[in-house]
Amino acid sequence: MADAGSASGAASSTPWAKQLSLAARRRRTAWLFLMPMLLVLAAVAAWPLFRTIAFSFTDAYLSDLSGWQFVGLDNYLYLAQDPQWWRAVGNTVIFTVVSVGLETLLGLVIALTLNAHLPGRGLLRAAVLIPWAIPTVVSAKMWAWMLNDLYGVVNAVLLALGLIAEPWAWLGDPVLSMAAVIAVDVWKATPFVALLALAALQVLPQQLYEAARIDGAGAVRIFFSITLPLIRPALLVAVIFRGLDALRVFDVIYVLTGNSAATASMSVYARQQLVEFQDVGYGSAATTCLFLVAALVTALLVTAGRVNVGQRSAAT
Amino acid sequence: MSAGRHSIMRIAGRFGFYLLVAAILFYTVFPFYWAIVSSLKSGSALFEAELLPWDPTFENYAAVFRDQPFARTIANSLIVATLATVLSLLLAASAAFALGRIRFRGRTTVLLAILSVSMFPQVAVLSGMFELVRGLGLYNSLAGLVLSYLILTLPFTTWVLTAFMRELPAELEEAAIVDGASSWRILVGIFLPLMAPSLAATGLLAFILAWNEFLFALTFTLSPEQRTVPVAIALISGASAYELPWGRVMAASVIVTLPLVALVMLLQRRIVAGLTAGAIKG
Repeated sequence: MADAGSASGAASSTPWAKQLSLAARRRRTAWLFLMPMLLVLAAVAAWPLFRTIAFSFTDAYLSDLSGWQFVGLDNYLYLAQDPQWWRAVGNTVIFTVVSVGLETLLGLVIALTLNAHLPGRGLLRAAVLIPWAIPTVVSAKMWAWMLNDLYGVVNAVLLALGLIAEPWAWLGDPVLSMAAVIAVDVWKATPFVALLALAALQVLPQQLYEAARIDGAGAVRIFFSITLPLIRPALLVAVIFRGLDALRVFDVIYVLTGNSAATASMSVYARQQLVEFQDVGYGSAATTCLFLVAALVTALLVTAGRVNVGQRSAAT
Repeated sequence: MSAGRHSIMRIAGRFGFYLLVAAILFYTVFPFYWAIVSSLKSGSALFEAELLPWDPTFENYAAVFRDQPFARTIANSLIVATLATVLSLLLAASAAFALGRIRFRGRTTVLLAILSVSMFPQVAVLSGMFELVRGLGLYNSLAGLVLSYLILTLPFTTWVLTAFMRELPAELEEAAIVDGASSWRILVGIFLPLMAPSLAATGLLAFILAWNEFLFALTFTLSPEQRTVPVAIALISGASAYELPWGRVMAASVIVTLPLVALVMLLQRRIVAGLTAGAIKG
């Protein structure tokens, strides 16, 4: 910055240099306008992140954050040997893969339906937005009530239909509770994928479809050889954003099943160590591992493709 | 191929399609409907899976406000979410002007940094943020939550406003520069008024982001008087851990969700208008 300023100042006699100085002034203005935001972001993001990573090499406790000793990689070594941590990693991977997969599939079906011409389409589109508008904690509570083993409506319906012989403990059984957690996340997040897919569907060139129909292509053929390839970039963006969201999942799991080992994600495990067991050093090592995973995925995203700014704004 | 078979298939297809529409509608709306119905039941009626509250009562709603400082909780959430949103919009509007209107070295790096902050897991800064909040004497206070929420709302608003800022016509700015207007005047006098609808939409989304936040609110507050809505609802408890007062939980859920659903219905027109603007109707 300083270089650019002095260089343009030294040669300000020619019109060309005057132009340059104008551009240099603009650049200085840019940094001036950026500075407040960058300073705040440094204070609330970069600094806490740096401190968290620093804590992960210490034995700090929550009650006294200043009295710590450097322990090197000990926390990471413990982490690598803790079966609970690896279970949390496994849970997170299962949760991410299954929920994002289902959300993509379901979001695509809903988007295709919304894209068709039918009466009351606006109303249907509004209805689909409802789960998206409900806070995660609230949607988790709503589903916890519906999945209640004794009085829940889900068990009542399944019993009445004769599909199950006795009430299922949706939030108690290890396998069922994972399924329940995934079901709630899918309900809440599918509108996000549907919105992105719908946006892509609505700008598809209609001539292609007319040409395909004249050539006698069936609906299935049209879908797989025209629609899907054309909306693939938008779907990919949705999958990446959802994937990153799922990797850091906390709210839905914590509210539905607490710290239960059967469903605990990496975030749930790390927060339990950090806040409930007060072990800031160890907990920070866990969160740093999660950060590295997310950073890796983000780096892949940044290098793999350009993210469409408008789509992010419409759906978050 | 007879025409008859074709039309039967068409009718069957049409029927299947409407069945699908009905299924989607049921899937997305029923849980919210069930929460409303349950919130209006009390006593043993709550434990019957009846589709309608035959004897509707607002007892659960009254109890939510009686048992805990729920009005205070709602006020807390409103204050925190509003302050975080306003602060973010102010800082982001200024930053977005630089990022959206001026070409300078380091611009891409700054944009990538902002994108990465919006992507990295909240829990990854938990202990550092805890230290910061406590070090500033803001533990168990709304100010502490506003500060920590900036990590969510600031990158988001900056990113979105930069995109909006980029779309404004360059002629406006050039004319103003010729007239000798400063960059600040261009931003405040020309761009921001033009961007009012975008600012409103971005602000609403940031508000929802802050309103729904749970992890920081759970970790950085202690007393019931400082809780925000998600924490208060998550921590509603009954006589024992196995006997949650479900009617009240559902009542509280409906109270905080109805305004949000209404807001999103309003915003939906904007979203849909934006999404359909470029669509070609076949």
